[in-house]
Amino acid sequence: MAHAEGQQHPLSIYFWIWGLLFLLSAFSYGTDFLPDGYVRMALILTFMLLKAGFIVGIFMHMAWERVALISAIIGPPALLLVLIGLMAIEGDYTILTRIASFSEPPAPVGLDHH
Amino acid sequence: MAHEGIAAAAPADAGWQSIVSDWSADKATFRVPWGKAMMWIFLLSDTFIFTCFLTGYMNVRMSSPVPWPNPSEVFALTLFGHSIPLILIGIMTFVLITSSGTMALAVNYGYRRNRARAASLMLMTAGFGAVFVGMQAFEWTKLIMEGVRPWTNPMGAEQFGAAFFMITGFHGLHVSAGVIYLSIVAFRIINGFYERRGGNYEIVEIAGLYWHFVDLVWVFIFAFFYLW
Repeated sequence: MAHAEGQQHPLSIYFWIWGLLFLLSAFSYGTDFLPDGYVRMALILTFMLLKAGFIVGIFMHMAWERVALISAIIGPPALLLVLIGLMAIEGDYTILTRIASFSEPPAPVGLDHH
Repeated sequence: MAHEGIAAAAPADAGWQSIVSDWSADKATFRVPWGKAMMWIFLLSDTFIFTCFLTGYMNVRMSSPVPWPNPSEVFALTLFGHSIPLILIGIMTFVLITSSGTMALAVNYGYRRNRARAASLMLMTAGFGAVFVGMQAFEWTKLIMEGVRPWTNPMGAEQFGAAFFMITGFHGLHVSAGVIYLSIVAFRIINGFYERRGGNYEIVEIAGLYWHFVDLVWVFIFAFFYLW
């Protein structure tokens, strides 16, 4: 799409996305007033991903780029999900080990059995 | 679509076929100005840096047996006699979103070679960036006075300070660098630097990519550090 001229799009699309980002940010901020739990987590992630998508797709013009560029830029970060997964498993293991090894014995009742 | 035969169309120009034609045609792979391709690759590397910070933060938060300080309370401000949770961070988010909008408009006016509008919108963007950094400086000062250090804090898990200063500090550094970058480009637009080079205003889009990325990183920091 008119790459020789650079990325030119009607101004209205920027104003629409701008307004949408404001709205989504307000919703994001609103999640702070919800009770903790999976609903809140899901909403935080949803609004985050929507905002990220609109910023990358429209403001950074990724939606109009060719697939060669899109895949070269979006592909490698997708691999970071592996790192995040591994570190989540590792964090889980660390907390269990810490609780097992460093926490105070629950009560002295069990001690005389040994 | 398939009836015309494969030879009818020259190199396939859409979808996954276009990847093959772009990478194998013995020519530049990315059909964008080289500066834009390089900015994207720089941003890719920056993505890895910020993901490492956020993943490290996730790991220490998960593995601490001490309760994590509640960001909703830590970052609350008392305004007009009411304690409003997370209000400063909320305002900072809106400031950054606003600056992203003015930046997107600047790119558009740059390509139209409307120098006055492009430059003034970029200076507005830089101004919002400076406001953001100022508010961050206020936030850091407030937390440091409350005794938050990279190794300890009075509210809970010790790792909170390290994660906070590392992540917001690195992001603030990016915003500060962006303010300088945008200002330099804006002044060059005003003094005709790009007119003398053929009137090419790609640089506005390239600088814009950097600025939108800084906003993008904040979206993730806001979700995972401040809201979670």
